[in-house]
Amino acid sequence: MSDIAVRVENLSKQYSLGTRGTNLTLREAISSSLRTPLKWFNTRSNSNARKFWALDDVSFEIKHGEAVGIIGHNGAGKSTILKILSRITKPTRGRVELFGRAGSLLEVGTGFHTELTGRENIYLNGAILGMSRREIDRKFDEIVAFSGVERFLDTPVKHYSSGMHVRLAFSVAAHLEPEILIIDEVLAVGDAEFQKKCLGKMNEIAGGGRTVLFVSHNQDAVARLCQRAILLESGRLILDGSTEEVFSQYLSSIDRLSVELPLDPAMVMADGGVAWKFDLSRFPIAGDSHGSPYQSKVIVLENGKRLGPPHTFHETIRQHGMGAYSHWGTYLYFSSSDNTDPRSNGRAYIVKLDQLSQE
Amino acid sequence: MENISPNSSRVVASSEAHIVIEPPRGWAALDLKELWHYRELLFFLAWRDIKLRYKQTALGAAWAILQPLLTMIIFSIIFGELAKLPSNGIPYPIFTYTALLPWQLFAFALTNSSNSLINSQNLISKVYFPRLIIPLASTLAGVMDFAIAFLVLLGMMAYYHIIPTLAILYLPLFLLLALLSALAVGIWLSALSVEYRDVRYIVPFLTQFWMYATPIAYASSLIPEAWRLLYGLNPMTGVVDGFRWALLGMDIQSGLMIGVSAIVVLAMFISGLYYFRQMENNFADVI
Repeated sequence: MSDIAVRVENLSKQYSLGTRGTNLTLREAISSSLRTPLKWFNTRSNSNARKFWALDDVSFEIKHGEAVGIIGHNGAGKSTILKILSRITKPTRGRVELFGRAGSLLEVGTGFHTELTGRENIYLNGAILGMSRREIDRKFDEIVAFSGVERFLDTPVKHYSSGMHVRLAFSVAAHLEPEILIIDEVLAVGDAEFQKKCLGKMNEIAGGGRTVLFVSHNQDAVARLCQRAILLESGRLILDGSTEEVFSQYLSSIDRLSVELPLDPAMVMADGGVAWKFDLSRFPIAGDSHGSPYQSKVIVLENGKRLGPPHTFHETIRQHGMGAYSHWGTYLYFSSSDNTDPRSNGRAYIVKLDQLSQE
Repeated sequence: MENISPNSSRVVASSEAHIVIEPPRGWAALDLKELWHYRELLFFLAWRDIKLRYKQTALGAAWAILQPLLTMIIFSIIFGELAKLPSNGIPYPIFTYTALLPWQLFAFALTNSSNSLINSQNLISKVYFPRLIIPLASTLAGVMDFAIAFLVLLGMMAYYHIIPTLAILYLPLFLLLALLSALAVGIWLSALSVEYRDVRYIVPFLTQFWMYATPIAYASSLIPEAWRLLYGLNPMTGVVDGFRWALLGMDIQSGLMIGVSAIVVLAMFISGLYYFRQMENNFADVI
């Protein structure tokens, strides 16, 4: 017997975009199968569909008791790997072996029903996450104490505040005790105090000799839990090493991410300025939807040249009549006050996230 | 029952669970062991369905009685009194109520299980468990209503002085056949519904049509001899005749008919299981 807990070999997952995946109607399926009867037998290999590899030949091993962080930009394949490891979806190629009981937390509160009481939801959610009734019975008091909702145990969850809801959900999930724990960014839930409690609980789990796979953008959280990390990019494994090493590569790779603004603005402001919809989800920090502790800086480039020093999102940039506008950088705003049309000469404006720094 | 809990394995030996995740290939066999492992989830989900059904209704569980009772009254007036359909010597109300009981269980289980996967989208895309649990649980959830409505039937039997014979011992078999029929269709339709949302619209028509093809308002002896075998392909014919035979002592039209329909159900059930297993791998990606 080896000391390997998770073995991932040449794992690949292909998704098709477009034709399949969206829900066909039966009529369409029947008529298309009548037109080309043979195709019916291999609808899965429909060649019209655009395909892409969400995971491409990824291999790694994790030893028992090891905590490993999985890091990558949005769309790098982190969620896909989690989904395969937690058996929600099957790989297209390759193979995974799990030695030990695996449990996954991809989202807190899965299966919570708002009409049911807190007590009922603990049992239901516990069962959905794979706990037995006896196990829930045994941990019930602990779960309730951790969540801090004792007084509302017999109240339907729909009357809970969102904070209470999330605390109870996390509490159930945190008491799941598999040998291999697969966690998506569920850490930062609730208020600051509860977040601290969550992190503490996670440390306890990771420290308790359990194998943990943890996906997060939160460097601090990953560093605290994991000594080792894996960096994914476009479905490929780029780096497998110590957390510091991987994060430094990850942070430097952010510089390569950029958003090119289209020539037509999303809207024209009242003062004649123009604003672009600025898709922040393209940037890795945006995935941390729970409120990132990072301060993000933006630089505006013109034909590859930096226009002035980097600027934080919230402050208005005055140089060259440009402004980062709206909260959390949803819109990039170019004011007309300086008589500079940002679109003159059809120049491409590229917005880059320059660096991440802890506040 | 002490140590069957899967979680005890964690304490005993950590190497016991070994899971291999590979691309789907060919026909997947039904993993009964795994299904058994998840039996508690099955009951929790059925329990949730039962619990939620009459939440925030003024009449609560009384609906379980009211539905068949009101249908019985309407049927008795229209088909019993006005159309004067023969009920073969049995008082019409109890004649039709005995049929409505398994029918409503069947119709409920069929509808519920057909829509079950779509209604559980968030579970399917977030947690792993054998997906078969979902239609199974929603089929089971109907049994509670049946049990409540059955008490009313016992009351009616007392009122009409109908004493059941030993044939009543066969009742669970017919009940099982009704559930299995619903499940057989439900598994097929739920697996189809993941890709084809048409199922939502097909089901109401299907149940309505099916009800007319089942001897609920009338006796199966009304069907011409020549059509009996074809008619017998409908498993609910066998179930309803079986109920009337076991509870009211009515003649069963032909035991062969029930045998035929049981085989039909079994074939549908098994093919449904295989189809379901085949499609299961894609549920999370497609739904």
